[in-house]
Amino acid sequence: MVEIIKSVVCPICGCLCDDLEVTVENNEIVKMKNGCAVCEAKMVHGYKSEERILEPHIRKDGKLVPVSMDEAIYKAAQILTDAKYPLLFGWTSSASETQHVGVELAEELGCALDNCCSVCHGPSVMAIQEIGIPTATLGQIRHRADLLVYWACDPWSAHPRHVERYTAFTDGRFEKSEFKEYVQKLKGKASQKKVEAAIRRTQVRYQPSPRPQAAVVEAPPQSLARDGRKMVVFDVRKTMTAEVADYFVQVEPNSDYEIFGAMRCLVNDQELDVDKVGGVPVDYLKEVVDVMVNANFGAIFFGLGLTQSVGRFRNIEIAIAMTRDLNRKTKFVISPMRGHFNVTGANTVFAWQTGYPFALDFSQGYPQYNPGEFTANDLLRRGDNDATLVISADPGAHFPKKSIQNMMKHPLITINPDWNAISRLGDVVFPAQWCGIEQAGTAYRMDSIAISLKKVVEAPKGVPPDEEIIRRILEEVRVIKTQKNKKEEEKGQGQQNLEKKM
Amino acid sequence: MTELIVCYSGWKAMVEQKLRVTLITGRTIDQGVAKELGKGSQEYFDNVAVCFLDSSDIKKLGLKNGMNVQVTSPYGSVVVKAKKYPYGAMPGMIFMPCGLWANAICSDATDSIGMPTFRGFDVDVEPAPDKPVLTLDELLKQEFGK
Amino acid sequence: MTEILIKNGFVIDPLNKIDCQKMDIAIKDGRIVEKVNERDAKIIDASGLTVMAGGVDLHSHIAGSEVNLGRMLRPDDHVKDAVRKTTLTRSGTGYSIPSTYVTGYRYSKMGYTTVMNPSMAAMKAKHAHEELNDIPLIDKAAFTLLGDWWFALETIAKGDLEECARHIAWMIRATRSYAIKIVNPGGLESWGFGRNVHSLDDEVPNFALTPRDIVTGLAKVNTMLNMPHTIHLHTNNLGVPGNYKTTIETMQALESVYKGDNKPVGHITHIQFGSFAGDNWAHFKSGAAEIANYLNSHNHMTIDIGQVTFADTTTMTADGPFEFSLYELGGHNKWVNSDVETESSGGIIPFHFKKKNAVNAIQWSIGLELSLLIKDPWKVAMTTDHPNGGPFYHYPRVFAWLYSRKAREATLKKCNKKAQRKSLLPTIDREYTLYEIAIITRAGNAKTLGLKNKGHLGIGAEADVAIYNINPETTDIAQDYKPARKAFSNATYTIKDGEIVVKDKELVAIRPGRTMWLDVQTKEPLRIDEELKRKFKQYWTIEFDNYPVTDHYIKVPEKITIQASV
Repeated sequence: MVEIIKSVVCPICGCLCDDLEVTVENNEIVKMKNGCAVCEAKMVHGYKSEERILEPHIRKDGKLVPVSMDEAIYKAAQILTDAKYPLLFGWTSSASETQHVGVELAEELGCALDNCCSVCHGPSVMAIQEIGIPTATLGQIRHRADLLVYWACDPWSAHPRHVERYTAFTDGRFEKSEFKEYVQKLKGKASQKKVEAAIRRTQVRYQPSPRPQAAVVEAPPQSLARDGRKMVVFDVRKTMTAEVADYFVQVEPNSDYEIFGAMRCLVNDQELDVDKVGGVPVDYLKEVVDVMVNANFGAIFFGLGLTQSVGRFRNIEIAIAMTRDLNRKTKFVISPMRGHFNVTGANTVFAWQTGYPFALDFSQGYPQYNPGEFTANDLLRRGDNDATLVISADPGAHFPKKSIQNMMKHPLITINPDWNAISRLGDVVFPAQWCGIEQAGTAYRMDSIAISLKKVVEAPKGVPPDEEIIRRILEEVRVIKTQKNKKEEEKGQGQQNLEKKM
Repeated sequence: MTELIVCYSGWKAMVEQKLRVTLITGRTIDQGVAKELGKGSQEYFDNVAVCFLDSSDIKKLGLKNGMNVQVTSPYGSVVVKAKKYPYGAMPGMIFMPCGLWANAICSDATDSIGMPTFRGFDVDVEPAPDKPVLTLDELLKQEFGK
Repeated sequence: MTEILIKNGFVIDPLNKIDCQKMDIAIKDGRIVEKVNERDAKIIDASGLTVMAGGVDLHSHIAGSEVNLGRMLRPDDHVKDAVRKTTLTRSGTGYSIPSTYVTGYRYSKMGYTTVMNPSMAAMKAKHAHEELNDIPLIDKAAFTLLGDWWFALETIAKGDLEECARHIAWMIRATRSYAIKIVNPGGLESWGFGRNVHSLDDEVPNFALTPRDIVTGLAKVNTMLNMPHTIHLHTNNLGVPGNYKTTIETMQALESVYKGDNKPVGHITHIQFGSFAGDNWAHFKSGAAEIANYLNSHNHMTIDIGQVTFADTTTMTADGPFEFSLYELGGHNKWVNSDVETESSGGIIPFHFKKKNAVNAIQWSIGLELSLLIKDPWKVAMTTDHPNGGPFYHYPRVFAWLYSRKAREATLKKCNKKAQRKSLLPTIDREYTLYEIAIITRAGNAKTLGLKNKGHLGIGAEADVAIYNINPETTDIAQDYKPARKAFSNATYTIKDGEIVVKDKELVAIRPGRTMWLDVQTKEPLRIDEELKRKFKQYWTIEFDNYPVTDHYIKVPEKITIQASV
């Protein structure tokens, strides 16, 4: 039986493209239209790979052995209740319905709760908490933006359809796609290459090219001054995105803060006494700022290049401050390029239930927030927590070594659909359905628009949705806690009786 | 034979033994595709256990595309395959796709805000033709004992 | 279901014209009934207590994208108000934007049982409903922002109101909403390119129509659709000195829609922010008298106040350009702007209303002046535009200022001297009675919203009851205002749908509230053809199929079907 399902939502990155056309044959996705390469890898191949976890496992004598679901749930609940201070981490590739139960579990346990935000755009959230953010939904940018700035991010690799769906290569109501100009440019480049090749053939003598000392920033091209959509990329290295941009500015590593500062000065009509900032000539920056100020609607997107390098949230803060200043002259918005498809959802769900988006602690019976104290990596590197539950994330592959080494000192529970690095390290390993393929739910796009993920195929038998696992662990935790309380009460009473007798 | 040795050491003198560079980590489309195919897949190993260098640095180190290099930071050391960075010039910088191999040398210092230092710090690169690139399972075993 | 009998309370029920009568209220199966079997029923001895219908709040930002962004923005706000988990209740935080559970608990403790979430961007409706699900103990509904929606603008500009009505009906259903909300009509669209409109007759760029066309057009559409509530209007030029003229002009514009049947055609929300006189901030003064005069001689409008309560609060509105001008005034470190494609915008700024600040103090005075100068309390609803003027749990303070001259004079004395001189309050003797308080907090609000079974205690009404420790026979609340204020901040009993949820001022049971939404049936439904879908794809970045809110997003729905006249 062949079925074509339309408007399927892609459960991979923060773009949440919802126009996929999926062909399902015998409960198997066989073909897909509209998706990017990553999407195709997951939805046509990856989700049914041999790496799939099909039943719960518990580590016995150093080896993972399959067990029943009940046993695994009980074991997990026991680990969590026995521990003094567990950490629940991950959540960003789960539906918001799962995250919702997760907060309840953390509250019941009185433990730490963090999501992947702390290792991607946590600093961005902190910067927003410092000074706010002028932002817009992606459609607003599609309709109106005539200047797009990608800063320290490479959508071509990490959000492959961002440019084509939301920004430069899409037609909006007031601004048209730049795609045609890009094709023209490509053709131009190709013919230029042909000419160069012809010239090379005529040159007999071999000329060694001069060795560059540092990357040379090119001057802004003429085309930057034209009407219509323009794209500028700031990055430390030339990326695929930079290739399609009108202008690429190669900055020195860890110099973003300075460059933003310089540009902020220029936006506010101040003169700079230096010739170069962060490896970029000030004259070039001036030209870019001119283009920014003269845009009708500009949008800045930034990525992990800002949050993970020196300066962290201060980089974002000054980027937002520059955007605010630009709003005095024209309309400008700024947006983080959120990674996992529901990391925005994790922030959202945590915030509406507790007031805080990540780095949470419930040890006092009420929610507390402190990045640097309750963030996963800080807890781990200090060795504060004595059990970890990881759900729908792979810190095994994405946390620094030291954090994971400390994590290994205590029991680890994992809930993931496949044998990723962290599942391989787990002590209690749960299987889970692929959210957005085998399990429906809600996810929040990078501009915090809620979109319903679709279920397109049935999960393998015996593989539950992660929401159910968390719910069952929660119930089991409650049972164990009441039993413990009872025992303690009896103990207390016994002691009281003893005291009376004495 | 002596001639050969002389020749070899001469060649060795021409190239640097070790290069201090700035490490940048990040996503690549191939890493994205490979991680969705499975962390244990050959694609993941091929596309993530690598390190991209500028062509000038490759020359300096006397490397060839696909040769093993050892990347060392104060926090650890890892062997990966060297590749020429395909897009633009970035002398003095290396790029590694985010993943287990890059994290083996990343600092866990969070500047007290929860975010480890994943990029923008100095590392040493040296050719390591004799050392193997560890697979995912070997690396997990070596680093975490599981 | 248990039966409940509330005995010997002083019942105040303005919709049934009952003013402080000692009588019993019987409850069965979640409804008020004539009588119950006294032997089986749970008896609540309410002697010496005041019994009212559960409170109805018609304008309070409690959920949705904007509210939540405000929450995320202000850890500094939450840290001073942490709420511990108990065996019954969930943990959470306050202060100006409480987390969802805490919102439900606090409303219920105040004796409120119904709250309207007045600002929901259509595109973000799923989010709003997810949050509303997490607010227990109160019934709620959301109003969709439709005043700058491209489909509405285009159809109104074309003069095709019937087509507009069909689109709006579709949208109300698709977003599971209760009313049409209009915010700074035309201004939000202009803000797309960083501009604003400054009068009712400014042209909206790119759309060939004026704010006047939008307001009157949508008011007409609202009548065509037989909506229970009128258009819910946040006026142009909000927060600008001298804007009372725009507010009056807007009301005048709506006279043309009024049919003279005493059925209001528009509701101006948080009118305090639109009652500013004076040419600039230095000459800032109250325009309350002018607004009140107009409303006293016209019957086609209702209003709510948006009272300032002097709190360190968080302002949030869909009026993006207003928040930007507030940011430009200076002194604000956090500014959020969040535009929504083809529909709306939004902004957030934390704001501390201070007694010693002349403008803030005058704003406080304006709100009270309006409440006191508008003679008919049925036209007035008490709100603080939570959290804009102050958090909702400051309502009892506002009640006290209204029912006690002494209370407001005590506060006025602490205010800025210039504000004191400019205030009209010393010239006003009026003090609200408990009966009038009941009108502006439940009866009138339910009537304005068109909620037939709420806001009163007649037979058949929903059994939402609040019992306050106020004895109208023995106490003079105007003189001794503090005990009553305390009683209003914590009800002795709150009954929701026939279940006691607050007993002796403590929460004793948690139950989910319903989400009301309208299924507006037009005679000819909106034609969903390829042409419309193509347009949809152009306008939004979400597919047509993925746009509407599905039943999954509403845990306890209450669908209200409406037959439209087009």
